[in-house]
Amino acid sequence: MGTAWNTYDANKMSSGAMYGKTLAELGEKDPRIVGVTADLAKSTNIGVFGARFPDRLINVGIAEQNLFGVAAGLAKTGFIPFASTFAIFACLRGGEFVRTDCAYQNLPVKIIATHGGLSFGAAGSTHHCIEDFAIMRAIPNMTVVIPADAYETASAVKACIDVPGPFYMRVGRGMEPLLHNSEDDYEFKIGKAMTLKEGNDVTIIACGIPTRDALIAGEMLDEQGVSAQVINMHTLKPIDKEAIIEAAVKTRRIVTVEEHNVIGGLGDAVAAVLAESGKRCILTKIGIPDEFGPIGKPEDLYAIYKLSSQGIMETVMELMGKEIEEDDWDDED
Amino acid sequence: MPSNVSVAELKAKAKELRLNIVETTFNATSGHVGSSLSCADMLTALYFKYLNVDVANPDWEERDRFILSKGHCALAYVPCLAMKGFIPIESLADFNKTGSAYGMHPDSKKIRGCDASTGSLGHGMPIGVGMSIGLKMKGINAKVVVMTGDGECQEGSNWEAAMAAAKYKLENLIWIIDRNKLEIDGPTEEVMPLEPLDKKVEAFGMKCIKCNGNDMEDVDRALAEAWETAGPVCIISSTTKGYGVKKFEGDVKMHYGSFGDDRKDLQVYIDEINARG
Ligand SMILES: Cc1ncc(C[n+]2csc(CCOP(=O)(O)OP(=O)(O)O)c2C)c(N)n1
Repeated sequence: MGTAWNTYDANKMSSGAMYGKTLAELGEKDPRIVGVTADLAKSTNIGVFGARFPDRLINVGIAEQNLFGVAAGLAKTGFIPFASTFAIFACLRGGEFVRTDCAYQNLPVKIIATHGGLSFGAAGSTHHCIEDFAIMRAIPNMTVVIPADAYETASAVKACIDVPGPFYMRVGRGMEPLLHNSEDDYEFKIGKAMTLKEGNDVTIIACGIPTRDALIAGEMLDEQGVSAQVINMHTLKPIDKEAIIEAAVKTRRIVTVEEHNVIGGLGDAVAAVLAESGKRCILTKIGIPDEFGPIGKPEDLYAIYKLSSQGIMETVMELMGKEIEEDDWDDED
Repeated sequence: MPSNVSVAELKAKAKELRLNIVETTFNATSGHVGSSLSCADMLTALYFKYLNVDVANPDWEERDRFILSKGHCALAYVPCLAMKGFIPIESLADFNKTGSAYGMHPDSKKIRGCDASTGSLGHGMPIGVGMSIGLKMKGINAKVVVMTGDGECQEGSNWEAAMAAAKYKLENLIWIIDRNKLEIDGPTEEVMPLEPLDKKVEAFGMKCIKCNGNDMEDVDRALAEAWETAGPVCIISSTTKGYGVKKFEGDVKMHYGSFGDDRKDLQVYIDEINARG
């Protein structure tokens, strides 16, 4: 596992920095790639691409509706636009332009949204974004990926070029610790869940920044005699149904972990797959309980919402104490 | 009705506000210092002379309303409300701390005397138009003042609201643009040109008043004129981002600046603010 909070040099290897660097590299090879931003070239790091290719970065000023309309227009003329702003302004301020201009016309607009979840902690609810999974998931044609760290961010940025339609990816503010040690540590495939740890008693399914804490919680649970399997569900849509059903059958207990409202995100996506499968399984969702959260340091906010390793571990222990009602369903085969 | 406060008194208050801004940034370790210092004189004049508000009764229906549409300047706004007496001055020490009522952007549900939660740019004018229409419908003769940034004017919603302000003849609406000529990615005229901003405002049916927003005498003159004008009226307040501390002035990086933890640096800023007239 990579570095921890505080010891981590955010400027060197943050998800944002990795995004800018990766996009600039891709831009060398692929002249179809252009960038679009709304006065957040620096903050989202798309400016790294812009510094390399000044003529290929369009800055529309502080105007997010225009941002996604312009991106759609560029896509219609044969380009692959990467559009970057803060997550809340991508999914809500520019949301209808994303839906109607980019998704309805099934255009290859790649939305790389930063400062998602609670990562811009002290900025408060105008900047926290706990709604984007729900919104983006509900837009037809949209692929939704939530990388767990900077390495996965690089992997996803490369992989999204081959996604034919619109693509949404959310990262944090760029101060979070790393899950992986390098891109060679794992295989990244859009739509395919990543098993981080095997286990038999319970499955933790996480996405985004808290995935690392989910893995640490899994290791803590081992010490308590609970064998936890940990899955990194980096792709929210299309979701890996097979991995969820396998986990249900194997462990019968699932805890989902997401930096999002518990309504409409990863937990609900998993719940729908479970309910439709008919398999016997009990589910607990960890996330923001449908409220506008307090301000504060992101790591403090994660602790408040049990998105920290300790919080996840405690939640799993609670779930272990619950009875799963026996029934006469026969779903073993 | 504006109260009878001298320019000298307002200048002293503005200085006190700037000291609170740098002190609060130091405690919080970082903040939107440049953006907050640029609008400090205008905020001071509004709260200590022009706005008719009641510290004992912040929800008083007949009060003038103020919306800080450039919500990232809570770093100036919250100290200003504290100096006015809405909230305890000691609570500025909590700014940006986990669980505090005061973060980078103001939350009207948590801050006494704050009329609207802002931070997402381009919301103040639409809310202001709604308040202004609402007050008119109730027959309340109070002003509604909205302060936006200049980069913020790139959001179309401002102009949608300006159209509505003209249509509904909102005599009580005052739009103040803090024209410091910088946004995050650089000078406004490079990122997305705004000029001729005065002509644009006028074309949308607003009278346009201009002033030097870092010169209290001129700020006072502009506000006095706006207060007497049947609006909608707009003040383009030319300012310097970071005004008050030489090192910050006109530096785009100080939009959101980090302070070190050395109190000696802070003392340099304090001395400089104190030394200025
Ligand atoms: C809708 C929206 N888009 C983007 C941002 C991010 N943002 C915060 S401040 C800022 C620049 C504001 O510039 P300006 O209006 O000129 O104000 P200044 O800070 O220069 O006074 C931006 C883009 C935001 N807060 N809201």
